[in-house]
Amino acid sequence: MTGERTAGKPAPDDLYERLKAFEGRTAVQGGEGRDPVNEPMIRHWCEAMGDTNPAYPDIAPPTMLQAWTMGGLAGHPAGSTRTRAYDELFALLDDAGCTSIVATDCEQEYPRPLRPGDRVRFDAVIESVSPRKNTALGSGHFVTTRMDIHVGDELVGTHRFRVLTYAPAHRNPKPKPKAHPEPVAEAARPRPVVNRDNAGFWEGVAEHRLLLQRCTDCGTLRFPWLPGCGRCGSPEWETAEASGRGTVFSHVVMHHPPFPAFDPPYAVGLIELAEGVRMVSGITGVPYDKVRIGMPVELEFLRVDDAKGTMELPVFRATAEEAV
Amino acid sequence: MTVRAGDALPPLRIPITRTLIVSGALASRDYQDVHHDAEAAKEKGSPDIFMNILTTNGLVGRYITDHFGPRARLRKVAIRLGAPNYPGDEMVLRGEVTSVADGAAEVAVTGANHIGNHVTGTVTVQLPIDAAPMESTGPTGGPGAEEDLR
Repeated sequence: MTGERTAGKPAPDDLYERLKAFEGRTAVQGGEGRDPVNEPMIRHWCEAMGDTNPAYPDIAPPTMLQAWTMGGLAGHPAGSTRTRAYDELFALLDDAGCTSIVATDCEQEYPRPLRPGDRVRFDAVIESVSPRKNTALGSGHFVTTRMDIHVGDELVGTHRFRVLTYAPAHRNPKPKPKAHPEPVAEAARPRPVVNRDNAGFWEGVAEHRLLLQRCTDCGTLRFPWLPGCGRCGSPEWETAEASGRGTVFSHVVMHHPPFPAFDPPYAVGLIELAEGVRMVSGITGVPYDKVRIGMPVELEFLRVDDAKGTMELPVFRATAEEAV
Repeated sequence: MTVRAGDALPPLRIPITRTLIVSGALASRDYQDVHHDAEAAKEKGSPDIFMNILTTNGLVGRYITDHFGPRARLRKVAIRLGAPNYPGDEMVLRGEVTSVADGAAEVAVTGANHIGNHVTGTVTVQLPIDAAPMESTGPTGGPGAEEDLR
């Protein structure tokens, strides 16, 4: 029952060869139990399991074997336990879409009971990696490791463990966290950088006026705001209020990468104002895929209320007769 | 009482509560989110949190020593998981002695929930010399120790 090997898609076989190369490699070397075998952890285990066996906690429940090797919430100290080979194997599986993991088999032998005070050491080897299998959870690979657990030089347990790493078959339709690092409603939009060269523009926006600069030497209009005239070089200028009418000169649709506070896909336009200058701005009142070059637009001010406070931005709305 | 092949162990019914799943995961030091965070479990294609394998292992071990008594010693536990244990279900553990040799019994164990067999496995347990179940005598299982645990 090997799955996902459709014609024209040879990748899984290549992948399996690469996965199989990890068989026999060390998975854990020189692992040390985070805590010595101890009565409180034994008692917590017995409480959870409802196990009232009076042999515990003088000895630890043998089935607790793996618990003494676990990294817990903090994990084992970085680089202290798992080998690079083991990390590489799971990175390879993760890249192949096998992002979820579930344990399927556990086989343990207990040569002697563990007692409070015992300090366990453990080493593990990657025993086998299965070909791609289809399961109820999804398609993936079984990975089997075998761990030997020692106290001093004495073998106190062996632990063979099989996990299924798989691509979930029934993913919840909710978008993956990676696609939206922050919920849209909570993320603040970036703020404009206001400096002495463009402060006048933002003062105009605050009054719902779109101000351009006009060179007082040669009369050329310019946007965005700059200290000097791009045509004649003069530093002398005055403001001119734009009518707010314009057309879409060009546009792009943003799909990727997603930025917090923006919900792709969305259109960004290069708007040619009736006065002749162009500015980059958002286009509203029309679906992103209905924006067209030459489409008439009209200035409006978008009020943004978010975690950083309130601000207003000039945007351009597709005028009614063109909106679809 | 002498243990013989073919002996059936009395079934043990275990309600699968959210508390059991979470406390079992934490007692086994397993902080995988699918064992305590329902939203994360759903993201990974599961309808709810589910019991981790270490808890299943612990419950199987408990089932065997509950029956054979505190002087019985687990030698080997091999389990395979099938249908997950989700909150609100009930698992019924059943066991049958398949062989007895050298003072040790091999027991075939199944744990069925309402979806199917959650666990199938084989346990090898070293029996007390007199194979007397549920007696608590001897240095590690005196009445005092039993009192403390109850």
